[in-house]
Amino acid sequence: MQLRLKDIASVIRSKNAGPYELTLDVLLQSDEMFEKVRAADVINKGSVAKLYGVPEEEILSIVYFPNARAVKITMVRPIPSGAMGERDVYGAQQHAPLVGFTFELD
Amino acid sequence: MRILSPTGIVGYGFPEASFQAGVALKPDLIACDAGSTDPGPYYLGSGIPFTNATAVKRDMTLMLKAACELNIPLVIGSCGGAGADVHLAREVNILKEIAKEQSLSFKLAVISAEFDQEILVEHLNAGHIEKLGPAPEITEEAIRSSTHIVAQMGIEPIIQALDDGAQVILCGRCYDPAPFAAPAIRLGYDKALALHLGKILECATICATPGSGADCIMGYLGEDYFCVEPLNPERKCTPLSVSAHTLYEKSNPYILPGPGGHLDLYDCTFTADTDRRVRVAGTRFIEEAVPSVKLEGARRAGYRSISICGNRDPIFISQVDAILEDLKRQTAANLSADFDYELDFIVYGKNGVMGQLEPNTQISSHEIGIIIDCVADTQEHSAAVCSVARSTLLHYGYPGRIATAGNLAFPFSPSDIEVGAAYVFSVYGLLRSENPVSLFARTYETIGEA
Repeated sequence: MQLRLKDIASVIRSKNAGPYELTLDVLLQSDEMFEKVRAADVINKGSVAKLYGVPEEEILSIVYFPNARAVKITMVRPIPSGAMGERDVYGAQQHAPLVGFTFELD
Repeated sequence: MRILSPTGIVGYGFPEASFQAGVALKPDLIACDAGSTDPGPYYLGSGIPFTNATAVKRDMTLMLKAACELNIPLVIGSCGGAGADVHLAREVNILKEIAKEQSLSFKLAVISAEFDQEILVEHLNAGHIEKLGPAPEITEEAIRSSTHIVAQMGIEPIIQALDDGAQVILCGRCYDPAPFAAPAIRLGYDKALALHLGKILECATICATPGSGADCIMGYLGEDYFCVEPLNPERKCTPLSVSAHTLYEKSNPYILPGPGGHLDLYDCTFTADTDRRVRVAGTRFIEEAVPSVKLEGARRAGYRSISICGNRDPIFISQVDAILEDLKRQTAANLSADFDYELDFIVYGKNGVMGQLEPNTQISSHEIGIIIDCVADTQEHSAAVCSVARSTLLHYGYPGRIATAGNLAFPFSPSDIEVGAAYVFSVYGLLRSENPVSLFARTYETIGEA
């Protein structure tokens, strides 16, 4: 079955984690869907790097947190917060590629 | 122990009814965070607070009056936002003004978190300083070029100030949970639980549903658990809302590093005590071999000038990347600058929000917004670059151009804005010290008649 992340998530958000990292949180709508997404490993360093057009090494970690039915992705900020070329000082509007992320899930 | 957290940042406000509901429950401590690096390097670098003085005074008045009436400590962390001495001084002045107006008396402790460059260079040369994560290496040059460098104090300086008899403690840059946790740890409460509770309380009701960074919450700390419950009846805490908050602004939800070690949440449980109160247990604190505090510094990068404009021409929009690339070359040729500058264009309707992370390469916008952004060594120089880039773009001849009167729609006259000094983060790392209390200078003062 083809799924779109926004249809199975209750929260998809981005924010700075300090001035040099960007962190993306995806909270799934149900425990069942959380377990399915985790088991299928569709959100991985490769798929996230592709969504954001960055090298895989820039994706620092992907951590599952069942208490909150959450997947947390942390990546290197393209530039330090507030440096020349900045587009989003708080990093709060960098989530959109995940919203439209589509994948196959049994 | 009951800990009242009025709001996420002193100066963000909170409903007085929520606060008085908290005061009626007779808290043992009022604590509040006031800082963040989120608003960017400008505030630390320039020494200007990101909170408004009038709003800070309103919040601080309610907190200080309540703390004096209940005869309990009031601890505020990261005063003035970035927590350098200049930020701290504004909050000390506001506090003294309130004390005078309200005839309040107490012993005040002010704890500095700003570091002298020479001392930091000595620490650097002694190998006590290391960079954090993807941040650049910390060099002597990075330290010496910074306008302000602060460290996030942990619980130790606050405990010392309480031991010395202070009732009201204003801290410079501070680990967000420390103002909440320090008084509890001093009384013998479990360090891991106290810090984890502080971590939740420092964002006020962001951990509730509906969430808000500007409403009051009470923390209840026990021997082997803590509870949180919002004070506004319109909000509630659920195990999901509280555990989801643990993710907020952090790289890893299980490992939360801070001064002296990290919180370990692997065995943490979040359960509902009532339909709006959540109980948390199982948090661990893992001590570091040599305690560390986090350093943050900023330096002036130059002076900024910008121009805001728009374009509604489909022929121009279809070539916008090539036009702006060539504009950089033409600006340089038309200016012959004998100074260094950086010139950037933010194009809304294309990749104005995500920049290089934007995956969409095809745009269908019928109009685009352009911000011409220039930073140079002086205000005059950045204004000159901005002016030449703007006038060159206005009359730029691109292939197929049919709108020959001008390429830009300006919403304002004047079209260019001199923004002032621009700052960047310069130091971001850890300073290791066996004696974290000695790093942070404390001064005491008796306010009023006490």
